[in-house]
Amino acid sequence: MIDNLACRRGGRLLFEAVSAQVAPGGALLLTGPNGAGKSSLLRLLAGLLRAEAGSVSGGGRRAFAGHDVALKPRQSLGAELDYWARLDGGRDRLQGALAAMNLAGLVDVPCRHLSSGQKRRAAIARVIAAGAECWLLDEPTAGLDAASAGLLAAAMGQHRAAGGLIVAAVHGDIGLADAATLRLG
Amino acid sequence: MFVTLLLRDLSLIARSPALWLPVMFFVLAAALFPFAVGPDARLLARIAPGIIWVSALLASLLPVETLLAPDVEDGSIDQLIARGIALELVCAARIMAHWVGFAVPLLAALPAAGVLLGLSADDGTRIAIALALGTPALASLAVVAAALTAGLKGGGALAGLIVLPLALPVLIFGVGSDVAGAFRLLAAASLVALAVSPFAAAAALRPE
Repeated sequence: MIDNLACRRGGRLLFEAVSAQVAPGGALLLTGPNGAGKSSLLRLLAGLLRAEAGSVSGGGRRAFAGHDVALKPRQSLGAELDYWARLDGGRDRLQGALAAMNLAGLVDVPCRHLSSGQKRRAAIARVIAAGAECWLLDEPTAGLDAASAGLLAAAMGQHRAAGGLIVAAVHGDIGLADAATLRLG
Repeated sequence: MFVTLLLRDLSLIARSPALWLPVMFFVLAAALFPFAVGPDARLLARIAPGIIWVSALLASLLPVETLLAPDVEDGSIDQLIARGIALELVCAARIMAHWVGFAVPLLAALPAAGVLLGLSADDGTRIAIALALGTPALASLAVVAAALTAGLKGGGALAGLIVLPLALPVLIFGVGSDVAGAFRLLAAASLVALAVSPFAAAAALRPE
């Protein structure tokens, strides 16, 4: 539930009076031109920015996948995701999340050898393993091939079928059926 | 939670290419002074505590650019904040990991430095105790400086400027640890730094 939100970055008002509501199992797509504040709105929902005005409520625990993948180059992919899953108390969900993003064969690979698409898949697997009610995805299909985008769509569908929420900043279609759209800018 | 954060920080330090840098720097500094000052054993033994403390202080600052800046840049701090994990806890773990990463090897290298500088066994033991008591303060200050300069260009140099004045009390009590009460003041300085630093560093890291 987003109520009358406003955001200011670097003295510039990005957006104001933004309101939206997402029901359990629902999805909200944030669209708009570059610089309209899609990423800022997501960061605000994730608690990474403070709102100039308005409030965000409900939605339960949130998991965030931004542009930065937060993987250490020298650590293996498995060790990285295991660390975050430990913090989330979701180590039992990790195997499923790795399988869902087709990463099971890459767990021993150091993150510096991963391609940007593979890193992006790892970030999504981290969101899945977090077990949070609300997923905040910033252009989740950027850099993904068609097969991986399909995996993502399947994972999002499963999450929504289980009553989860998704808020995603997008350019174009990411395979979310009957999602509400919030246009910024 | 704290244990998970700490183990993670330690495993990152253990894999870091800069792992041996602080202790190498410390031993090199101790090895160079006898050549620079000359072979006067009494003079060397007198200035040895100062050399060791200055080297320890600078060694604590060597990895300052890799303490927090990479985590800010690659989004790790964002991920921690989004999970609602207190940054104070994150910074406290980082301080402890940094202490283990630089002070423990430094204490292990102290006997070698003591031999190079001609320290007596008694003086060496005293300096070891002083270092053990004072280095937590140095680790805390380094993490605060790392948090303040994370994301800045040339943050390392700035971090040095931030830490040096704050580290002076530790340096003074450490070098003068043969005076009665110096150990207690040193321990007090460390306790204050340890208590305040996680909050200061977390405040510096928190988004606006």
